[in-house]
Amino acid sequence: MAYAFGLLMALAVFWLVLSGETSPFFLGLAAVAVLATLWLCARLRLIDREGSPYHRAPQLLVYLAWLIVQIVKANVAVVSRVFGPRHAIDPAMTEVSTTAQSRLGRALFANSITLTPGTVTVDVEGHKLKVHALVRESASAESFAPMDRRAARAADRKPRGRRNGER
Amino acid sequence: MADALFWIGGGLIVAGAMLSVLGAAGVLRFPDVYTRIHAASLTDTGGATLMLLGMGLLGPFGLITLKLLLVWAFIMLTSPAAANALANAAFGSGHRPRIGNFQIMGEDKATDAAPESAGKERA
Repeated sequence: MAYAFGLLMALAVFWLVLSGETSPFFLGLAAVAVLATLWLCARLRLIDREGSPYHRAPQLLVYLAWLIVQIVKANVAVVSRVFGPRHAIDPAMTEVSTTAQSRLGRALFANSITLTPGTVTVDVEGHKLKVHALVRESASAESFAPMDRRAARAADRKPRGRRNGER
Repeated sequence: MADALFWIGGGLIVAGAMLSVLGAAGVLRFPDVYTRIHAASLTDTGGATLMLLGMGLLGPFGLITLKLLLVWAFIMLTSPAAANALANAAFGSGHRPRIGNFQIMGEDKATDAAPESAGKERA
C-alpha cells in the first residue's frame, strides 16, 4: 500500500511538472489520468519494492553524484581515443562479478557500466557480467571494484537485514 | 548577470553539440559494433547532459528547469537499456568483438593487428 501511495505521489508531481496547470478542470483530468495509471500498474503487478525504491533514495542520490563524476572522466577518456590518430584502441571483453545481492543493485551496477562511455555490459547472468571495454586497462577487475562496491551499498540493504530480490 | 548566464548556457550547448559531433566521428572511425556503442554513448551522456544544462541556464528558472531535469533523468535511465540491448543482440547473434590493440586510422584497420593479439582475450 505504501508503494502504491509513493507511486501516486510521484505520478501527481510528474503530472504537475509536465503541465503546470492548476485549474479545477485540469486537476480533475489529472486525477483520472493518475488513477488510471495506478490501476494499470497494479494490474501489471508493478507496484512493489523494486519498482519504487524510495527507501534507498538518499543513498541512490549519493551514488548518482559519484557516477556523474565517473561519467565525465570516461567521456574525456573516450574523446581522447576518438581524437588523435596516435591513439590506438585496445578493446577487450571480460567477465566481472558483482557483490550486489538485490536485483536492483545488479541492475544499477550493470547500467552504470553501460552508462559510462568506454564500457558496455553485454550480458548479465546471476552475479557475472560480461563487459566489453574500449581499452584493456579499463576492463580490469580492480577498475570495476569501486563502482560495484558503491552500487551495492546504494541499492542493497544492510547485510544483517533481510535480503530483497531473488534468492 | 543574465548576460553571463546567456553566455555560459550558450557555451554549454555548443560544447554539448561538439561532444555529439565527436561521438558521431567515433562511430564512423571505430571498427565494430561494440566499440561504436562506446562512441555513441558520448552523445547521450556527455552531449545530452551539457546541452540540457545549457538549456536550463538559458531558459527561465522554474517549471522549465524541472522539465529539463526530467528529460535528463529519462535519458540516463533509458540510454543504457538501449545500449545494452544493442550489445546483447550483437553478441547473441554471434557477432564477436574485435579484441586487441589496433590503430583506428589506416586502410586495413584491424585485419593485420587483430589476429596476433586475439589470443590475449581474457577468460
